Amino acid sequence: MADAAITVEDARKTYGGSGGKHGKPALDGLDLTVARGTVHGVLGPNGAGKTTLVRILATLLRPDAGRVEVAGHDVVREGYAVRLRIGLLGQHAALDEELGGRQNLELFGRLHHLGARRARARADELLERFGLSGTGHKAVKQYSGGMRRRLDLAASLITDPEVLFLDEPTTGLDPRGRAEVWDSVRSLVGGGTTVLLTTQYLEEADQLADRISVVDGGRVVADGTADELKAAIGGDRIDVVLRDAGQLGAAVALLPVPRDAVTVDTDRRLLSAPVTDRMAALAGVVRALEESGVDAEDIALRRPTLDEVFLRLTGTGDRPKEAA
Amino acid sequence: MTTPTYVLTDSWTMTRRELARWGRQPVTVVVSLVFPVMLLLMFGYLVGGGRGVSGEYLDFLVPGMLALTMAFGLEGTMVAVTQDLNKGVIDRFRSMPMTSGAVLVGRSAADMLQSALGLAVLLAVAAALGWRAQGGPAGFLGAVGLLLLFRFAMLWIGIHLALVAGKPELVQAVQILVWPVGFLSNAFAAPESMPDWLGTVVQWNPMSQTATAVRDLFGSPGGEPGHVWAAVVWPLALLAVFLPLAVRRFARLGR
Repeated sequence: MADAAITVEDARKTYGGSGGKHGKPALDGLDLTVARGTVHGVLGPNGAGKTTLVRILATLLRPDAGRVEVAGHDVVREGYAVRLRIGLLGQHAALDEELGGRQNLELFGRLHHLGARRARARADELLERFGLSGTGHKAVKQYSGGMRRRLDLAASLITDPEVLFLDEPTTGLDPRGRAEVWDSVRSLVGGGTTVLLTTQYLEEADQLADRISVVDGGRVVADGTADELKAAIGGDRIDVVLRDAGQLGAAVALLPVPRDAVTVDTDRRLLSAPVTDRMAALAGVVRALEESGVDAEDIALRRPTLDEVFLRLTGTGDRPKEAA
Repeated sequence: MTTPTYVLTDSWTMTRRELARWGRQPVTVVVSLVFPVMLLLMFGYLVGGGRGVSGEYLDFLVPGMLALTMAFGLEGTMVAVTQDLNKGVIDRFRSMPMTSGAVLVGRSAADMLQSALGLAVLLAVAAALGWRAQGGPAGFLGAVGLLLLFRFAMLWIGIHLALVAGKPELVQAVQILVWPVGFLSNAFAAPESMPDWLGTVVQWNPMSQTATAVRDLFGSPGGEPGHVWAAVVWPLALLAVFLPLAVRRFARLGR
């Protein structure tokens, strides 16, 4: 793709060298294409290879094999050109904890060769933009988790990078800190920056990403927009909540799908099943419940949640056939 | 790939980063400067005994303490590099278009500066106690040069150990081990006064070479004429081994 900001073809990495003592590869033939100016979510459980991918993209780690390009430059052969064009927000705050917030930003600005005056001006600008102006003199170790993350994000934006990597940007933050970081990321989009975001939180990918790649075992197992992914695992679902949990067994037989396709949640007295024809299924279920005298409290049609997509794609159960 | 001018700019920026950290932690800096002074006074009074902190034993002790201070610098370097490695900030440096060697050059420059300061403080205290260098200005400068050369070798051993070990637990082990290595030298007592086997170990300690040469250049007891070459060759040999190892290790962090 000509207008791709990130291209990864068949990337492989095993720690301790290929065929190394640690055995299992962290990346096992991963493919990924991210269009310029979009936010791409990389979703996967712990150990799926998300951080390895980001470290390779940010030139911190060399892939064993495969082609990896960022902003049109090869990460192995043209590392310097890549580093000129990227920003990185790693999993752990990449800041000097002893120094103040402003001192950190000035340091990174100088290392980006902005020169003393521009580095100082840029630091002030970013502190202002991320709501840290009042605390720029404080040592970073006295910052709250959310403030630290915002400063870290500010540090990765010193030169308005073409491509920004966010590796689990909200892991370990409280809900308020998470909301702060989400707002900051949203405000970046539209500025033309390409963002690659890894996360374990489905909601985060759903909220922030234009497209999502689901990663498991070092490879992409599914790829698409949030809606496409939801549609790919069977489209809409019907939920039926009963008044009496004792009737759950009888109600399962009334749904227009095979028994093993129905999920039963006894605590919530809830049945859930995939449906193809929404209106016909709804009418049919309502009629069948009435005729058999099963008392329903609520019936609803809905799209599947990303949680269901995620479990389905990465769980031990059925893998999708179109797995790439 | 990088423009050469950035090597200097980036190294200077990284050095300034360390200086800014001093400004943030003045107490740590003061403690690190006062600690060798404490040792000097302690050994002067305890070991010097009746001789006190004056006269011949002080003349013998001062060069030893100067060398010991340089040797202990290894530990400070290792702690600082290990902290950087474990804090994630090194990842940011490595993902930026800076000269990657500047991380190590900045570290060296700041540590050498701190050690030079440490030498100055220790020499000032010794002078206040009545100690005087007898070797003239050239001898004095030569001695300071040898001490800093020794420190430079210790610095690169520290960087290498930090890059190899990388874990705070191992830093603790090294912090403990520098004591016997530092004390198994001629800093406090002449090897002739020791059992044969111990004297041999002590004489071969690179730190002893530096201390002996410095005593010679200061005109202190325990100095041996013509020992300067050993105090030059030993640190250079250590540097020849550890500097390339450390640089290579650092460049290969991403493998």
